[in-house]
Amino acid sequence: MTEELLCCRGLGKQFGHKVALAGVDLSLGRGRIIGLLGPNGSGKTTLIKLANGLLTPTRGEILINGEVPGPATKAVVSYLPDASYLPSWMRVRDLVNMFDDFYADFSADRAVEMLSTLEISGAERLKHLSKGTKEKVQLVLAMSRQAQLYLLDEPIGGVDPAARDYILRTILQNYSAEATVLISTHLISDIEPVLDEAIFIQNGHILLHRPVDDIRETEGKSVDEYFREVFKC
Amino acid sequence: MSWTFDGGRPLYTQLVEQLKAKIVSGEYPPGQRIPPVRELAAEAGVNPNTLQRAFSELEREGLLHAERTSGRFVTEDVSLVEYLRGEMARELADQYLDQTRQLGYSNEQAVELIRRRSEET
Repeated sequence: MTEELLCCRGLGKQFGHKVALAGVDLSLGRGRIIGLLGPNGSGKTTLIKLANGLLTPTRGEILINGEVPGPATKAVVSYLPDASYLPSWMRVRDLVNMFDDFYADFSADRAVEMLSTLEISGAERLKHLSKGTKEKVQLVLAMSRQAQLYLLDEPIGGVDPAARDYILRTILQNYSAEATVLISTHLISDIEPVLDEAIFIQNGHILLHRPVDDIRETEGKSVDEYFREVFKC
Repeated sequence: MSWTFDGGRPLYTQLVEQLKAKIVSGEYPPGQRIPPVRELAAEAGVNPNTLQRAFSELEREGLLHAERTSGRFVTEDVSLVEYLRGEMARELADQYLDQTRQLGYSNEQAVELIRRRSEET
């Protein structure tokens, strides 16, 4: 197992003339919780989709465990998309079984336990759940894998503050020295205390990638305040 | 005591301070076993690596010590905890004097005020 979990070299992605990522160099280690922070349209989701192999790079490369995204990397990457992607007619318990079939590292017991803490019934069909509850179900499924890399695209945007706390605690309890969690969000103050590192991204460029406490120390302000200053409209 | 953090200072520094306060106040008495990093990090809602760093600092200062198999413990050196208590109280006293001075009080007036307040409460 290499020290470097995810590596981007000169990674670029264009949609027609629109540049989504412009030559990103990035290296993520293991055992970290990292915030991918940027305004709307900065390239957060594009980067995450490239890491998943849902998009292919226009330029440069992205590697996970030294490999191009494919079946081998997907087995160790747990991805939470920013949109609902599960068939809405399915019941929660069927989704748990489906994930159990799909992923060798999935723990159905863990999922069931988390769902019961969040008081979500396995008998419910997805389409009868509220937006926030649907998001909770997706997050439970993503976090119930023993993956090496969790890519969580806006995991806390639609859920209430109490559930947000529960989700962050779940991420912390699930922490392992081998696994890294990359969380994209603009709700920085909520997740700031759980982060090791922050990445600021703007117009497809990485503006900074630093330890959170380093930012607080040298800038004398929280990452949230610093973000508001850097991205002031 | 719950955990609260303010904005502009490193979390690691704030964790060190709050853990010290827990040791001095007796919430973590001498010789007591401290919860494992992961558990305490989840309770405080902070990053485990940041908490680990705070633990290392407290170990360096001799307030905590790690036993290889059984966990991490508060020092049994009561005089060290006593010294820390004095240190923290001195810091509070300095802050008080500093702030009353900004209000235009002399040190004598500040001392007199404290004496009167302590008799009233």
